[in-house]
Amino acid sequence: MTNQNIVSSREFLNGDEAVAYGARLCRPNVVSVYPITPQTIVVEKISEFVANNSMDCEYVHVESEHSAMAAAMGASMVGARAFTATSSQGLAYMHEMLHYVSGSRFPIVMMNANRTLAAPWNIFGDQRDSMAQRDTGWIQVYVENGQESLDMIIQAYRLAEHEGIYLPVMVNLDGFVNTHTYELVSIPSQKEVDEFLPAFASKNAVDFNNPRSYCMSASTEWNMEFRYQQHEAMMNAKKVIESVDKEFGDKFGRYHGGMVKEYKCDDAEVVLVTTGSVSGTSRLVVDSMREKGLKVGLVKLRFFRPFPVEYFKGLKSRVKAVGVIDRNLSFGYEGAVGSEVKSAMYDSCGSPKVIDFIAGIAGRDIKKKDIELMYNKLLNLSKGQKEEELQFIGMRW
Amino acid sequence: MSKPQIVKYKMPESQKDMPLGPSSEAGVIIEPNAGWRVMKPIIDNSKCVMCLKCWILCPDGVIDREKGTLEIDYNFCKGCGICSYECPQKAITMVKEGKQYD
Repeated sequence: MTNQNIVSSREFLNGDEAVAYGARLCRPNVVSVYPITPQTIVVEKISEFVANNSMDCEYVHVESEHSAMAAAMGASMVGARAFTATSSQGLAYMHEMLHYVSGSRFPIVMMNANRTLAAPWNIFGDQRDSMAQRDTGWIQVYVENGQESLDMIIQAYRLAEHEGIYLPVMVNLDGFVNTHTYELVSIPSQKEVDEFLPAFASKNAVDFNNPRSYCMSASTEWNMEFRYQQHEAMMNAKKVIESVDKEFGDKFGRYHGGMVKEYKCDDAEVVLVTTGSVSGTSRLVVDSMREKGLKVGLVKLRFFRPFPVEYFKGLKSRVKAVGVIDRNLSFGYEGAVGSEVKSAMYDSCGSPKVIDFIAGIAGRDIKKKDIELMYNKLLNLSKGQKEEELQFIGMRW
Repeated sequence: MSKPQIVKYKMPESQKDMPLGPSSEAGVIIEPNAGWRVMKPIIDNSKCVMCLKCWILCPDGVIDREKGTLEIDYNFCKGCGICSYECPQKAITMVKEGKQYD
């Protein structure tokens, strides 16, 4: 008999372990994973939970990430709550199944460790792996630290399984900086999480009393309507992200900001848009520059899909210049977040002043002095000086 | 012979009516034979000796014998031609579907 009477506690955990603790609290029925590189500690920790009888789930080792997602989909198809985790090349290998899962509307939750894709690959932080999955129909959230990682796994199931959404959610952690560094993490009790996240009662499941045919093809006459339905669900998610985060905040005392989290933006003249772990370092730089009287602010972009278009439309009239830290690069153009921010701020009243900073590629440290340099460039731009639209920060040469 | 029932499928009339993702009820046939038959088998009952070879070998079980003579249910016949090939009496001929051109 499994003993899952987890009481609330504070533990010294790395981001991967925080995800595993979060996943355990969500009581997934099936965890299907490929256990070898580039897999993370998440699934190692979950296998430990299963082995020591503190987690009750079917733990399935499969032969590839493609199969891991296929198995999770099969589980979801019969009404099970499914969890999986992957990283970089593994996520790339799942690519085909990501479309199947979102298109067939199975609310699976997956953790992805943002790591450098080949070639040359490494195991350090780079967001090109998940940003390249932009159009797979998955909700994508980027988290900053271990606590937010744990919290967002729990919130992710609420979002995914929300009646008006039924889409899979990918929770992204920066490789190494978030996945492998330790901090104190508050772990809620099983009772509290059970109250917040009730057992999964799928409205998209097959059973003997309700036989259905799934993943069928749809002709030109019907296919576009299915796509519109996915888009509609993604747009609905914007409101739900906000309300679920608020409800989580009320219950557990941690509200993460919904789609975006501002820091000292109220009177800011220039702001930097960040994703994931670099947000913490950037806040320190904001504080030190504020001490010098410089009006700088920070916008932590939490959700990449759905994208907070409305927020950025409103931001344009509030600030003089916007910078984006892109920990990814779309070769031949610019960073993925930079493109989205610019396009969201576009309107008929002139173009926004935006600099896209490519930094921290393949796990390179984004140092405080790099961020300060970015803010200074934005201040220059706000005073009418010329700045390149795309800049590489922290290059060796 | 028991055959699948043709269930009238109610086509969605608005975005709200669409199923959640590409799924539908299982075990129903929305359209008989799906319109893919090219050649149609015709039985010449004057040659038929009721050996029932076609009745046994038809992969879709569309040949009925209840009325004393053999009848083909064209709602389900896919036009594979096995019946015609196997008939020892050469009583079944395959005729092209649709309008015939010279």
